[in-house]
This record gives sequence, C-alpha cells and structure tokens, in this order.
Amino acid sequence: MTPDIKGFLLAATVKIVVVFSVWMIAIMLATWLERRGSAFMQDRLGPNRVGPAGLLQPVADGLKNFLKEETWPKWVDQPLFLLAPLMSFIPSLITFAVIPFAAPLPGFDFTLPLLGRFTYQGPIPMVVADLPIGLLFILAISSLAVYGIVLAGWSSASKYSMLGGIRSSAQMISYEIALGLSVITVFILSGNVTLSEVVAAQQRTVWFVLALTVAFVLFLVSAFAETNRLPFDLPEAEAELVTGYHTEYSAMKFSMFYVAEYAAILTMSALIATLFFGGWDIPFTRWDEGPPSVARCAATLLAFGTKTGFFLLFYIWVRWTLPRFRFDQLMELGWKVMLPVALGYITVIGLVVWGAERVGVALAPVLIGLNLVATAGLLWGLDRGRLLAGARARRAA
Amino acid sequence: MAITVKTVRRPEGEVSYLRATLKGMVVTLSHVFRPKVTMEYPEQKSTDDWTLSPRWRGTHRMLTDEQGRAKCVACGLCPQICPANCIKLVPGEDEEGHRYPLIYEIDEFRCIFCGYCQEVCPEEAIHVGVHYENAEYERSRFVYDLERLCAQTHPVSTLWDPSDPQGE
Repeated sequence: MTPDIKGFLLAATVKIVVVFSVWMIAIMLATWLERRGSAFMQDRLGPNRVGPAGLLQPVADGLKNFLKEETWPKWVDQPLFLLAPLMSFIPSLITFAVIPFAAPLPGFDFTLPLLGRFTYQGPIPMVVADLPIGLLFILAISSLAVYGIVLAGWSSASKYSMLGGIRSSAQMISYEIALGLSVITVFILSGNVTLSEVVAAQQRTVWFVLALTVAFVLFLVSAFAETNRLPFDLPEAEAELVTGYHTEYSAMKFSMFYVAEYAAILTMSALIATLFFGGWDIPFTRWDEGPPSVARCAATLLAFGTKTGFFLLFYIWVRWTLPRFRFDQLMELGWKVMLPVALGYITVIGLVVWGAERVGVALAPVLIGLNLVATAGLLWGLDRGRLLAGARARRAA
Repeated sequence: MAITVKTVRRPEGEVSYLRATLKGMVVTLSHVFRPKVTMEYPEQKSTDDWTLSPRWRGTHRMLTDEQGRAKCVACGLCPQICPANCIKLVPGEDEEGHRYPLIYEIDEFRCIFCGYCQEVCPEEAIHVGVHYENAEYERSRFVYDLERLCAQTHPVSTLWDPSDPQGE
C-alpha cells in the first residue's frame, strides 16, 4: 500500500469511529434533554438520580432494555418484525455521514514503526463522506425510514400498529415532497447539492435563512412531519393508537425505534443548521475560512454543535407546547398548503435569480427585499388562518 | 333542511394562529425558569406546602408503661371491633390477677387502617401511627407481633375528633 492510501484509510477510519461514537452519545444526551426539558416545562425536575444531573440516565435505560425480555407476540411476521427496527435505525444513522460538521483539518505526513509512512495531502474534510450528491443522499436514505415504520405496523398483526404504520406512510410521503421542494431553492442559490458546497456558498454570501425564509419555514415544518414529532406525531399518537407502530415491541427492538427517532431528530437539526444557518460557519468573521488548522476545526465544530443543539431544543420545546394535528388537517397542510407554496416559491426564486443575472443587478439586495415581502405574506396567511383553518371557519369567511 | 351553524366573527387578535402559537411557546419557556414543585422524596420528606397529617393512620404501635411492658390489658375490644379481623389476641393472666396479652399480632396486610382499634382501646395502648415506610423483604414480616409493636417509635395518630372537625 502506498502512504497515500494508508493515510486515507487511517483518516476515514478515525472519522467513522469518532463520528459514530460522538453521534451515539449525542443521541443519548438528546433523550436525556427531552426528558429533562419536558420536566422543566411542566415544573418538574425529571430524571436526576443517575450520575450528575441524571446525565447517565440514558445509559441505565439502555442497560435495562438489554436485560428485558424480548417478546414475540404469537401472530407476528417474524422476519419482518425483526427487520423493522433495523430498517428505521440504520437509515437515521447513515444520513449523518454526509453532513460536514467542522472546518477541515490540515493533512498529515508521519512514519510509524512497523506500519510505515502515512500521508494525507491537502486538508481533511470534516465529513465522513463528502458525497457529490450530498442532500439527495439524505433524502433518499431518510425516506427509507418509512419502511421501518410501515413494516413494524404490518408485521405486528395488531390493528393499532397497522393504523400507525399506514398513517406514517401517508404522512411521510406527503411531507417528503414539501421537504424536497423547499430545498430546491437552496440549490438554486448554492448551485450545488454537495453539502460542503452549500456551506461554502453561505460563507460567500449570507446564511440562506436570511435569503430564503419561506423555504426555511417550509423545511422546518416538513422536518417535524418527517421525524414524526409533535405536532405531527400521528403515527405514534399515544392517546388513540397506543403509540402506534411500536406497540408490540419490547426491550432492545423497542429501544432501536427510540434511538432511531432521536437520531432522525438530530440529523434534521444538523441539516437545518447546514442548509439555512451556515453549517459550521461562524457568523460575523472570516477567520474560520482561513487555511486549515486545529483551532479553526474546534471552533467551527463548536459553532455547528451550538446550532444543532439549538434546533434540538426547539424540537423539544415545540413538542411540549403544541397539540397534535388531526389527520385531515395534516394532509391538508401538506398537499394544499406546503406543496403549492413550495412550488410557487421555487418559481419566484428561479425567476428572480434568472432576471437578476439578465438585468445585471446585485442578487443579494433583491433577494432580501423579495424575502421580506414573501415572509410577510406567508406569516399573514398563516396568522389569519387563510392557509390552514377548519371547514367551518372557511365557510364563514 | 340542513342544520345551520351560526359562526361568530371574532376580532383578529383572538383568532390569530401565529400569535396563539407564540403565546403557547412563551408559556412553556417561562415554566422552564419557574421553581419546581418536585419533592425529592428519600432526602426530602416534607416541604413547605406538604407534610404528613397528624391524623394520618399508618402501621400500628403499642404504647408501653414505665416498666416497658405493653399497656394492653387483653380486654379483647380491638379484635372485636376490627372490621378486617386482622388482630389476633390470646389473653393471659398473672398470679395477681392482671390480664395481659400472651399473643398480640396484627396482620398489616389485612388491616384497612380504619383506626377503630385506637378509638376503642380503654387503656390507650394500641395506636395507629403517623408512618408510611413499611417495605419488607418477606410477606411474613408484615404480621407484627407484640414485641415489634412495642418497639415502634414513630408518632401516633391523633385521629379525627368530632368535636374539633377542623383539627384546631
């Protein structure tokens, strides 16, 4: 093996191991944060016994789930019943692989006894796999997660699980369209689907949330629906479906659904941060775009973590505030509001970008001006219930 | 003819979707910073606004006299009144003619903690206690014998006094 290949393999292995470990720990912390956060919003304390401030509670939960009995209800379709948790667990972990989480590190060139020389030319991108198809990969893989839920619902041979699975397939398919369409405007501005290029484009101009607020709102709402979180947690719906698709699951198989849910939330938070909030970009400074160094990498990693953490908290905050949508409202919002708004917005942004290039005016002021108008329109529509309202209210209007 | 529904036109401030959502978000966020109501039980057994009532009827306690003997004279009133039939009493008599319990056992699993035994006791010997931590490793340990009843040290219940219903 040449030193180059060895260096590449070393860098890739270290990145995979570190990212996977940190990611799993982050998922554990997310479950802790959810429980503590919900408790604090309800004037309680939440789990605070295991470890400092209850931080080791997820470890205790994981151990408990390993030791509990694996139940196999009599009529379940056994291969699918086993496959379903894996099908939702694996895609939610894989998707993080393409998200860049920090500024690149400098390359290395050193020699170890026995193993020989390792070299890595140029900066090491801080992303497990900087795929050229970037976000398309995320959309493709994360839509696989719906199979996990549908299969779980189907193989459980339980009517509640079945209903949960059906609801979830309808919901995820509906919102995937809005999700995919809302990011097209991001690609119009960045000119590339690779996530590191999207970050670079935001460093060159502005964070896309300032230019594409409507797309951001659409993406945020769809992301909630995609991850089956309140106010769109209809597949689970404790009150009516007895937690839906994972009613029949126990022990580690159940735990996997749980981990998958939080992994999906974290990935979505990271994705929102990457697409609309500059990824690992530190605002108001160009220092982070300098030549690769360890300090830059650490600082940008912190910036990325802060943004992701904020959206994680936002997820939790919304969950413990808003009530669940009714299913027809959910479908109406997805098909009659999100989809047309997303399509219209693509058209508008496309025309503006094309027109600005033709006329030769600067793109940024036009976009920000347009954005103000569009956001005001969207907020007005939402606020007055023009876009989403009960049948009775509409009849009256 | 179809049923018609009268729809009320409300001012926009009241029906505004975004403002209602934001208001809700502010409410949940403000609760994060409020003092918590949780009482952390094993360390903290009462708080400013919650404490065990002195009328609480928990597991029993037998009071003793100066010589450390149970005050019970084995009159048999408590097993007689006990609605759950959980008191086992075998009376004995010493050479001076004093009655005392040979066996006095209370099955705390059968007991319904009505407190009648305390009310009926002419010697103020058997009491229900202000006490609730009763965990044991064996079922058989829940039959309290005389020795155990005498050894309890927790405060005894004041019960409810009909002439002072508010406990003042």
